[in-house]
Amino acid sequence: FFQYCLSGHPTLPCNVLKFKSTTIMLDCGLDMTSTLNFLPLPLVQSPRLSKLPGWVLKDGSTFLDKELKECSGHVFVDSVPEFCLPETELLDLSTVDVILISNYHCMMALPYITEYTGFTGTVYATEPTVQIGRLLMEELVNSIERVPKAQSASMWKNKEVQRLLPAPLKDAVEVSMWRKCYTMPEVNAALSKIQLVGYSQKIELFGAVQVTPLSSGYALGSSNWIIQSHYEKVSYVSGSSLLTTHPQPMDQASLKNSDVLILTGLTQIPTANPDGMVGEFCSNLAMTVRNGGNVLVPCYPSGVIYDLLECLYQYIDSAGLSSVPFYFISPVANSSLEFSQIFAEWLCHNKQTKVYLPEPPFPHAELIQTNKLKHYPSIHGDFSNDFKQPCVVFTGHPSLRFGDVVHFMELWGKSSLNTVIFTEPDFSYLDALAPYQPLAMKCVYCPIDTRLNFIQVSKLLKEVQPLHVVCPEQYTQPPPTQSHRTDLMVDCQPPAMSYRRAEVLSLPYKRRYEKIEIMPDLADSLVPLEIKPGISLATVSAVLHTKDNKHVLQLPPKPSQPPASKKRKRVSDDVPECKSLKPLLSGSIPVEQFVQTLEKHGFSDVKVEDTAKGHIVLLQEAETLIQLEEDSTHIICDNDEPLRVKLRDLVLKFLQKF
Amino acid sequence: LSAFSLCPGAGQDVGRSCILVSIAGKNVMLDCGMHMGYNDDRRFPDFSYITQNGRLTDFLDCVIISHFHLDHCGALPYFSEMVGYDGPIYMTHPTKAICPILLEDYRKITVDKKGETNFFTSQMIKDCMKKVVAVHLHQTVQVDEELEIKAYYAGHVLGAAMFQIKVGCESVVYTGDYNMTPDRHLGAAWVDKCRPDLLITESTYATTIRDSKRCRERDFLKKVHETVERGGKVLIPVFALGRAQELCILLETFWERMNLKAPIYFSTGLTEKANHYYKLFITWTNQKIRKTFVQRNMFEFKHIKAFDRAFADNPGPMVVFATPGMLHAGQSLQIFRKWAGNEKNMVIMPGYCVQGTVGHKILSGQRKLEMEGRQILEVKMQVEYMSFSAHADAKGIMQLIRQAEPRNVLLVHGEAKKMEFLKQKIEQEFHVSCYMPANGETTTILTNPCIPVDISLGLLKRETAIGPVPDAKKPKLMHGTLLMKDNSFRLVCPEQALKELGLAEHQLRFTCRVHIQDPRKEHETVLRVYNHLKGVLKDYSVQHLPDGSITVESILIQATAHSEDQGTKVLLVSWTYQDEELGSYLTSLLKKGLPQSTA
Repeated sequence: FFQYCLSGHPTLPCNVLKFKSTTIMLDCGLDMTSTLNFLPLPLVQSPRLSKLPGWVLKDGSTFLDKELKECSGHVFVDSVPEFCLPETELLDLSTVDVILISNYHCMMALPYITEYTGFTGTVYATEPTVQIGRLLMEELVNSIERVPKAQSASMWKNKEVQRLLPAPLKDAVEVSMWRKCYTMPEVNAALSKIQLVGYSQKIELFGAVQVTPLSSGYALGSSNWIIQSHYEKVSYVSGSSLLTTHPQPMDQASLKNSDVLILTGLTQIPTANPDGMVGEFCSNLAMTVRNGGNVLVPCYPSGVIYDLLECLYQYIDSAGLSSVPFYFISPVANSSLEFSQIFAEWLCHNKQTKVYLPEPPFPHAELIQTNKLKHYPSIHGDFSNDFKQPCVVFTGHPSLRFGDVVHFMELWGKSSLNTVIFTEPDFSYLDALAPYQPLAMKCVYCPIDTRLNFIQVSKLLKEVQPLHVVCPEQYTQPPPTQSHRTDLMVDCQPPAMSYRRAEVLSLPYKRRYEKIEIMPDLADSLVPLEIKPGISLATVSAVLHTKDNKHVLQLPPKPSQPPASKKRKRVSDDVPECKSLKPLLSGSIPVEQFVQTLEKHGFSDVKVEDTAKGHIVLLQEAETLIQLEEDSTHIICDNDEPLRVKLRDLVLKFLQKF
Repeated sequence: LSAFSLCPGAGQDVGRSCILVSIAGKNVMLDCGMHMGYNDDRRFPDFSYITQNGRLTDFLDCVIISHFHLDHCGALPYFSEMVGYDGPIYMTHPTKAICPILLEDYRKITVDKKGETNFFTSQMIKDCMKKVVAVHLHQTVQVDEELEIKAYYAGHVLGAAMFQIKVGCESVVYTGDYNMTPDRHLGAAWVDKCRPDLLITESTYATTIRDSKRCRERDFLKKVHETVERGGKVLIPVFALGRAQELCILLETFWERMNLKAPIYFSTGLTEKANHYYKLFITWTNQKIRKTFVQRNMFEFKHIKAFDRAFADNPGPMVVFATPGMLHAGQSLQIFRKWAGNEKNMVIMPGYCVQGTVGHKILSGQRKLEMEGRQILEVKMQVEYMSFSAHADAKGIMQLIRQAEPRNVLLVHGEAKKMEFLKQKIEQEFHVSCYMPANGETTTILTNPCIPVDISLGLLKRETAIGPVPDAKKPKLMHGTLLMKDNSFRLVCPEQALKELGLAEHQLRFTCRVHIQDPRKEHETVLRVYNHLKGVLKDYSVQHLPDGSITVESILIQATAHSEDQGTKVLLVSWTYQDEELGSYLTSLLKKGLPQSTA
């Protein structure tokens, strides 16, 4: 019972669990913060970016000036952005039987795992997770492939060279493992390995293990997973939310009675209150637009954007913004808006009720109908004709390194009338802005992270009471920048066990029982005996069949008649079967009754002698001696098998078999 | 242990479905349908079959509704609000969404139009729906600690589901109505190999093996096209949701391809709403529609417009979809009466019609109909029947049985004669018992479930560790003690059972004197015995200990000289009861004496 940790990112986890005889990968998160070290990919030729000076070493050597560029004191790699993959060397990933996905953000490394490691298993995820995950991947691939970059930098990755670079490049980990983005054929191949599941669906793995997704309340189709056998239960909690936004509420009750609870995907901004952030978002947006400026919201094409649009739907009329155009630009904008409306069964109760009317669950349908919200696949084409300022633009990618957002940063960055509002919590906004410096536009940081905070975690743990908690090491200490905030860590008893990237953790568990089925005909043949009030027992001699990890006990076959062959039998033919065990015995033999029984069975010369521990019963003629003690009986006789067997059976009458 | 099923409603009749299943002490009511052919008490199932005295809520553990057709859910408000039931009612999300609308629609026709009293009210429908719990496909719903249910996709209509009902290791699968072939808007029913003790399947089309869907579609389009070409009007009575959408998709694409101009109308206010449900529950439709819905939503029709009752008198050709589907009331019947006299017109019945309805009458060839007020309506228009209703045909039913591998099959929702034919076929092909109860009849099916017990890991490992290759001829016996306390069953090794009960083991030991003729010295005799045993007992551990004794496994053999006869040695063979067979064998082996030559 082991856990292999393949990702160091607590909200983009990738762990492998060896549970009973199965190998289960929990999530497949892709750490994209590595892209912050790269220059943005502009959609149209950017004179500013192309004029950035090459980086020169302190000693004046210029051999890296093609690969590294300097911007406002920061050094960036001028190459196609690369991602930090989960560890692939810690164990042989071709042995992974199944991958369980908890939400669409945690499956972005899937093509790297399913297409390059010899993986032959099945991936399990809910339908919204797969559909929206596909959209995220499509957007990612599209925004990188749209801007072909001739150059691919690799010299800086050399260990000797990397040592000479300024931070953060110098400290970047596992740069040799960084990979370019996958392609659409790889995405399609990876997604074809997914099997769709529903909440509370019990999925049998090889008869040994059952896995069940539970609603986690964080995103459309997001799930926590129960991994259990008949006797052990592991709960995998990843990206859960107790706030009432659009998804179905979190199922907490089913997490009870876990032996081990693996806790990942907590909020990345534990000090920010999402509701307050939404308020700030709206007021900053309104202020900028009223002053004639434009608002840029770097975002993912699904998730929080639905909630933001819903807030704006209620807000714009009262704030006098009804004439301001809202643009949502993404190659998957239309699909995302359409998909959000068809997953009624995965939504919170309020939204479900709307569908029964029947009305679309999200009000952005109305925003689109009334032309207040317009969506475009990219800045090229129709958008350039319709584009009116001042306006609000939602577009990706939140890292500001690729996608249409790069264009708007270049376009609006020079004016202090404009505002960029960061709502996605995955990237440090200062790092994201670094290659655009110096910048005149206003920057507002309103991270909205609805995932569990530490107060909610401690409440949850008190509620579900797992025997052991396992979590990333980041959660077992206060955040590095706020080391005095001991309230910002997981607090439980016994203390949580922590793991870090490339570490193997042995999970505590001691199993004592297994399920077995007794066939009806065998059950009928059993003779229960009440030993103590309320406790009965029956000895079972049966044939054990084990198939597909399921055990069944069957009635032993009737002994077949020995073949009537005339052939002389060899001595060894009669050798009894090894280890055909007889039952254990218990009880004691009352000497008077025993003697009476012997006499009844024709032994006339029975003599009894007392000893220190019991009695000796003598059968003089048969030269046989029976020692009776409290917990033992010893029959000493001549080699007279019929006699011995007779005595044996008389003794057994007084004893219970186990 | 047994599973019972009782049919207050749907026995050998397609009228209304309502089945009571008792499984391992749990009572579940499957569907709560009404009969469209009756206007009196007979339209609702007789719930007094379920329990004579006592409340239904106390008796029933839950109610399951398979889909929104009224012959499966039409009696639900009557049952829950008028007879009285407050327990949980399970159905899928689309069913939960659409069911109250159809119920209200039906209530309006019955009460407002026909003026009937003693019928459920709008408020009752609302109160009834509050008791409904929506379920997802494949979700395991724990009704209580022992009873669980699980829904499977059934095709048929939007949101239709089959249900597995499980208590311990006993289970029943109820199909409701289903369709094993995907159509233009829905997918095919599917169930995993869950091996239920009983499969309760509908058998509407028990004897039909329908020709290919494509042929039927072509036929339908041809008939519609010909009628329109000669200036006739086509009436297609449908239910607002289901077949209607499939035929609309069919006509829409045909009109587009042939560039036809004749108007197509869809009657009643339900239409637009109905299509909206399809758009919002698009995940319940077939693969193709789901894949393309972002680019083109199949339920947004260009050629099909809303119908106004004044249009019926318009001259020229037209196609009208009108509800209800069996021509028993409402708009479809009104239009039918207007158009029936003209032989240029055509009515196409795309689904099954229950006995007693106008639809059934004209399909069985009746051309003079007695309407209300003794008026006789002569039907001159052409009457066509096309089986578009999405029920499984005989082939489909057999296919589902193959998928689920049930131990028993029970046929419901069909006509007796046809069911008899199918019953024989099922019994022949699958060698399982097949039942077909009449209304109100109870069928009892004995199940023989396995008994799950907890086995101690120590015992299991001990058993699986011995001998790597299981020998089919010599099955190995496993020995354990089953401890039964309260309701827990645990199989442990005997030692543990003794220990847990606080009992001591009683050791039974035997020591046998075996006399052997051997003049040699004792230690030489021992050596001979040792070599002999070693040679015979190849699979056993035979050891010669330094103190001069021999052990075979845990059996001890010692030699002493005979007190009187120096040429005889006495072997003391000592074993415990647990080694009984080996000990007994050794004494008889040694009694035969030692082989002559021992090199």
